[in-house]
Amino acid sequence: MTDKMQNSNPPHPSLFKATFAIVKKDLSAELRSFELVSAMLVFSLLVIIIFNFALELDVKVRQSVTAGVLWTTFAFAGTLGLNRSMSAEKDRGCMDGLLLAPVDRSAIYFGKAISNLAFMLLVEVIVLPIYSVLYNVNLFRWDLIGIILLGSIGYVAVGTLLSAMSVQTRTREVLLPILLFPVAIPVLLAAVKASNGILAGADFAEILTPLNILIVYDVVFIAVAFMVFDFVVEE
Amino acid sequence: MQPKPIALKILDVVSIFALAISTYLALFFAPTELVMGQVQRVFYFHIGTAWVGMLGFVIAALSGVAYLVTKDMRWDRFEVAAVEVSTMFFFLTIVLGSIWARPAWNTWWTWDPRLTTAAVTELIYIAYFMLRQGIDDPEKRARFGAVYTLLGGVSAPITFMVIRLFRTIHPVIVGAANANQEKMSMTGDMKIAFFFALFAFTVIFIDLIWHRIRLGSLQDQVEQMKLHLSM
Repeated sequence: MTDKMQNSNPPHPSLFKATFAIVKKDLSAELRSFELVSAMLVFSLLVIIIFNFALELDVKVRQSVTAGVLWTTFAFAGTLGLNRSMSAEKDRGCMDGLLLAPVDRSAIYFGKAISNLAFMLLVEVIVLPIYSVLYNVNLFRWDLIGIILLGSIGYVAVGTLLSAMSVQTRTREVLLPILLFPVAIPVLLAAVKASNGILAGADFAEILTPLNILIVYDVVFIAVAFMVFDFVVEE
Repeated sequence: MQPKPIALKILDVVSIFALAISTYLALFFAPTELVMGQVQRVFYFHIGTAWVGMLGFVIAALSGVAYLVTKDMRWDRFEVAAVEVSTMFFFLTIVLGSIWARPAWNTWWTWDPRLTTAAVTELIYIAYFMLRQGIDDPEKRARFGAVYTLLGGVSAPITFMVIRLFRTIHPVIVGAANANQEKMSMTGDMKIAFFFALFAFTVIFIDLIWHRIRLGSLQDQVEQMKLHLSM
C-alpha cells in the first residue's frame, strides 16, 4: 500500500478513475441492501396499477397513453431514487468525505449521475417486461429502449444536480420534484412524443425532431450541470 | 437610512405618467380592431407585460452567471429583483392573454407553445422562490438561486421548441413562422399605442427593479444591525 503510494504518487487520480470509484461505491452499497432500487420498483408498479384504474386502460386507450404512463412512472420513481441517493450521502456524512477527497468535484457529479442512471435503468428494465405482460403490448423494442436511455440520461443529468441542491435546504425531499419537473419538462415531453411515435409505428422521420431535442437536451444539460456543480457543493 | 434618490423619485413620476398615457392610447386612441373588436385592446398591455417579463428572466439568468463569477451580493439582489418583478408581470401576461383568448379562441386556455412555455416558466420561477426560502445562509441562497435561474434560462427555450412540435394557434405579430399562421397587422395608430406600451412597461419595470434592489439592500442592513445588536 505505502509502496504503491510512493511509486505512483498521484496527487489527483484521473477524473475517470475517481468517477468510477464513486459509481462502484454506490453500486456495491446498493447490491448489499437493494433499498433504493426495491423502493423505486415497488413504487413504479403501484403507479402503474393506479393508472390502470384512473385511466381505465382498456385496449383502445392503452394504445395512446402507454408512453405517457411509462414516462410519468419513470419520472416519479426517478425522483424517489434521486432523493434517496443524495440524502444518504448527506445524512451519513459521506458527502463531506467525498468533498474532502483530493479529486475533481465533477467526478462526484459524474459518479453520482452514473449510479443514479444505473438505478433508474435497472428499474426501467424490470418495469418494461412487467408492463408488457400486464397490458399485452410489446415494449421490448430496441428503438424504444434507445429513447428511454436518452430520456433517462437527460432526466438524471438535471436531477442529480438539483438533488444535490435540494438536500441542502430545509424542505429537502419535498423540494426536489418542484425544482426538477419544470426544468425537466422538455426532456419528458420529447421522450413521450418519441415513444408514442415508435409505439404507433410511425416513420423514423416523424420521431426525428423529438429525438434531436432529446440529444440536444442531454448534451446541453450535462454541460451546464458539469460547469455549475462546483458551486452547488462548495462549503 | 439613505433617503430615496432623486432620480428614483423622478422615475416614479415618469412611470405613473407613462402608464396613464399608455392606458389612454390603448383604450381610446388606438382604433378598434375590425375582426376582434374592443377586446383586442388588451393586446397592448399583454405584449408590454410579456416583453418585460421575458426581459427580466433573461436579466436574472445573466446576473446569476455574473454572481457565480464575481460572488458579489449586489448581483444577487439584482437577480432577485428581476425574478420577482418578472414573475408578477408574467402572471399578468397570462391573465391578460386569457381575457383575450376567451372571446377570440372561445377558450380561456389552450396548450399552445407560447401559453405552455409561459406557464412552465412561471412555475420555474415560483420554484426558485421556494428554493430560496428553504436556505438560511445568504451566501448559499445566492449561489443556489444563481444556479437555478441559469437552469431555468436554458430550459425555457428548449421547452418552447418541444411544444412547437404541436400545432399552434397563437397569432404572430412579427414574422409568421408559416403561411397557415394567423398574422396580425397593425395600422399606424395601433403601432403608436403598441410601441408606447412597450416603452411604458419598460420604464415601470426599471422603476420596480430599482425599488426592489433598494429594498434588498435595506433588508441586508437591517439583518446586519440585528446581528450587531445581538452580539
